[in-house]
Amino acid sequence: MLHEWLYLAIFLAISLFIPAVAIGLAALLSPRKPAPIKNSTYECGIETVGPTRIQFKAQYYLYALLFLIFDVETVLLYPFAVAYQKIALFGVIEVVVFILILAAGLVYAWRNGAFEWQ
Amino acid sequence: MNLLLDPVNVIAEWLTRLMTGWGFSTGLVQFILFVIGAGVLSMGAMLFTVLLIWIERKLGGRFQDRIGPNRVGPWGIFQTIADMLKIFTKELIHPAGADKVLFNLAPILAVASVLALWAVVPFASTVIGVNINVGVLYILAVGGLGELGIILAGFGSNNKYALLGGFRAVAQLLSYEVPLAITLLVPVLLSGSMGMNDIAAAQNVWYIFLAPVAALVFFIASIAENGRAPFDLIEAGSEIVAGFNIEYSGLKFGMFYVADFLHAFTSAMIFSAIFLGGWQGPGAETIPLLGFVYMLIKTAVVYFVMLAIRFSLPRLRIDQMMNLNWKYLTPLALASVLLTAILDKVVPVSLMLVRVGVFLAGNVLLFLISDRLVALYRRGKEQERKIVSSPRPLAVSLLEPPAENQEVQP
Repeated sequence: MLHEWLYLAIFLAISLFIPAVAIGLAALLSPRKPAPIKNSTYECGIETVGPTRIQFKAQYYLYALLFLIFDVETVLLYPFAVAYQKIALFGVIEVVVFILILAAGLVYAWRNGAFEWQ
Repeated sequence: MNLLLDPVNVIAEWLTRLMTGWGFSTGLVQFILFVIGAGVLSMGAMLFTVLLIWIERKLGGRFQDRIGPNRVGPWGIFQTIADMLKIFTKELIHPAGADKVLFNLAPILAVASVLALWAVVPFASTVIGVNINVGVLYILAVGGLGELGIILAGFGSNNKYALLGGFRAVAQLLSYEVPLAITLLVPVLLSGSMGMNDIAAAQNVWYIFLAPVAALVFFIASIAENGRAPFDLIEAGSEIVAGFNIEYSGLKFGMFYVADFLHAFTSAMIFSAIFLGGWQGPGAETIPLLGFVYMLIKTAVVYFVMLAIRFSLPRLRIDQMMNLNWKYLTPLALASVLLTAILDKVVPVSLMLVRVGVFLAGNVLLFLISDRLVALYRRGKEQERKIVSSPRPLAVSLLEPPAENQEVQP
């Protein structure tokens, strides 16, 4: 059990390591001639006005919120799914009710126009 | 154990014996084997991308009635290597005002998120990186890491286009993660395990026959997760300048493409492991090498379909894409899970043929109902639209006084 997680940790470390090494190698091989015009941000040739990290549309925030709700609720369903072969009728009804609650959330968001892209 | 039948485990055993002979402790031997295994697997995936890029470009050319790469080597097979050499020697430009850490971390995270998926993909009955008991959750979690890479790229570049592109990309990827997560419940529910190898091993009947609707939703969602056409709004070349990766150059830019190409193949692999039986096939249990071949064939078929879709369908608009996800795929995925949960208890596992029939019928019914609902919904929308914008009589408005014209329009 613990061995498996050790393997995963090694795998994650290596999969972070490989692209990092490749980019490091490219940084060694490539020329480095920075110039003020070259380094300026490319916004279709027009000079940048004002700061970049400004307030953004609340629409994106709304999608993040919806994602959070649905993903967390789905993750809560995974234990149900794993144990599904062993549970009796009561558990089945519980799963159905839980999914219906999820669906109700979806309908609520839909009725409130959360899915309309503006 | 024969070297030809099960090469990976035979080599692993040989190495264990060799290192134990050198006097290493078992813990250390295990650790070294892990490092070698993980290194070979991820390095192999990385090198495999070189071939994948060529395949994709060549097939893409054929799909669109072009020749594709054909100059470097036979059939242009060394084209990617030439490109690689070129991109390695390109200057890495750091835009002024960019956040150094985030800007450099983003391409690494993008590739790492895809490479890390290979740890849980079952290649054969005995060959899998690691069969952890939460494999499906791991896939979802690591997939989220790629989105983090994209938002970091958009945020770290100090460019408004990159920031906008990053937001759009993450809105898309996050949205499509929802039906992906919900449909992944179906194979877990049917097999009773979250381990990828257990799911593959449990498929006496492929789950695509038991849950075709879930498979379809999963397939569409995984194409969208890749950010490929028809869902390539992430870097819609003709609309936003390049999206989140506009400020990247050299290999850092290339890394996003490596991640993209590898992700397409990896999700084809995950799809075939979850819905097409993975390494299952005649004789695969005893001869792991055969299982590997089956897995490769299935993955190639899924990958081919993905490419055919990529190179023949036009791009969706962003509101259409969001509508498709939230108003169609998500409810359909929920209904599919509900259907599977109920049918699973109604029809016992012992009556396999009846089970398959009932599941198929249920899924077809579900799909037809959803199709009917979409048609009704669309008709309602169309009537709304007709009232809003009846065609304006242009010629009339030029000839006649405007007062009369306003009466004509609702």
